[in-house]
Amino acid sequence: MVEKPAARSNGAGKEILDYLSSEPVGVSIKDLRKSFGDNQVLRGVDLDIEPRETVVILGKSGTGKSVLLRHIIGLEEPDSGTIEIGGEDIHEPDFKKHHIIGMVFQSSALFNSFSVEDNVALYLREHKIFDDDRRTLEIVRSALGIVGLEEKEDVMPSMLSGGMKRRVAVARALVMNPDLILFDEPTSGLDPMMTRTVGDLLRDLNDRVEITQIVVTHDVDLAFYVADRIAILSNGKIIEFGTPEHIKRCENAAVKEFITPQFEQ
Amino acid sequence: MNGVSTFFRVTGGIVSLFVETIYWCKSFWSNADKIMAQLLVIGYQTLPVGALIALFSGGVLALQAGPTLAQFGVEENVGGLVGLSLVKEIGPVMAAILVAGRVGSAMAAELASMSVYEEIDALKTMDINPVRFLVMPRFIATVLALPTLVIYMDVIGWFGGAIVSYINPEVHVTFSVYYRNLADLVDFTAFVNGLIKAAIFGVIISIVSCYVGLKTKGGPREIGTSVTKAVVLSFVLVLVFDYYVTRILLFLNLD
Repeated sequence: MVEKPAARSNGAGKEILDYLSSEPVGVSIKDLRKSFGDNQVLRGVDLDIEPRETVVILGKSGTGKSVLLRHIIGLEEPDSGTIEIGGEDIHEPDFKKHHIIGMVFQSSALFNSFSVEDNVALYLREHKIFDDDRRTLEIVRSALGIVGLEEKEDVMPSMLSGGMKRRVAVARALVMNPDLILFDEPTSGLDPMMTRTVGDLLRDLNDRVEITQIVVTHDVDLAFYVADRIAILSNGKIIEFGTPEHIKRCENAAVKEFITPQFEQ
Repeated sequence: MNGVSTFFRVTGGIVSLFVETIYWCKSFWSNADKIMAQLLVIGYQTLPVGALIALFSGGVLALQAGPTLAQFGVEENVGGLVGLSLVKEIGPVMAAILVAGRVGSAMAAELASMSVYEEIDALKTMDINPVRFLVMPRFIATVLALPTLVIYMDVIGWFGGAIVSYINPEVHVTFSVYYRNLADLVDFTAFVNGLIKAAIFGVIISIVSCYVGLKTKGGPREIGTSVTKAVVLSFVLVLVFDYYVTRILLFLNLD
């Protein structure tokens, strides 16, 4: 794998780092197919992701990246094919008892009627993870610290910028103590500065939390900035999968067409 | 054929959501704070307007019926007529229309917005059941609030009728005569009849509004479409069910 430069770290978040105890898991997708009416979106996706890896699924808009992510988290049912996380099929009845998957949505999907703190604490409170709400708040504030939003716990989501919302959503996913985090277009709609901040956050998480991450994006710069390996999705199939160096050197015309302009500039 | 399949799909979806909501009512106590919050919202949104509507509805009933009764020399019965009309029919239907318009529309808009902006999906990824978390508290709050609102509107409506009966020179029935006649004619059974209807209307409005909200797909424009759909469907179902519930109550000698 390509050695990535060290990510920036703000040193915050000791409690959340101590609290995170999940074992990172691998993901194995075999011949995944999905159609919506006559539109065949996924045409046999095969993908194997190692534990602790950050894999970026890169592709043009409308190639089925988000649909693939929604299958991995169980929001969509495939027509055929299997998805195994940590060696267990996600459709097994007890899967959710053994594995927790966090997801950061493209729209952040924060609850507008809840403060930042209540948004991040929602999972812990609803599942009664801690008897004492003070412990919940400690973890929540620590998670907000790790995403650089220590002072924002009482703010309503409508008062936050797009990048801040994305970071709150990351904190919300982190407190679930997940085995795997999925990111759907984490930089979509953000300015270049904020895109860089989110990219740093993804790398920081990879370095400090060592969690398996799957990032779906069409942002080539972000993909090469955060990925351990990159999968190129085109026409509902993975056409190339490898390290950023491998992808850069790849001779596949479709891959070159997608990534080359970025390096010529 | 498309219309028929849509009818069965929507009906099936509404019934299935109703059954799932009933199942999640087992979590009543652990969600008491959410139910209370919904009750406060419903109260805040309906009590002032409900009072105004009830006052004038009672008044217009007395205004229409009073002179006719006076022509036959039985104007002292205006209290009973206004009282029974409000308790059995007008109170529950008016309250249901008010709740569908103000509360049901807000429920549909909120849930539609949550669907469009992936918040429902976010709940699912956190293994939080959206029916338990979002629908059940709204369902219980509406079913509890609507009968309470009916009692409140009945009492104000009676008062509206009493004022008009007194100040209208063609009727001129004193408050004591009006309320004595009302007390003679409006019995406990009539009261219960209205409350049963109100509770059923509460079920219809909350389930229909939540169903339409949760099924919203697309962008922000669909949120507005869903609100209209929820309100119209609630109105239609309230009036259709009003007829059948009345038939059943008559059959059971409760009307």
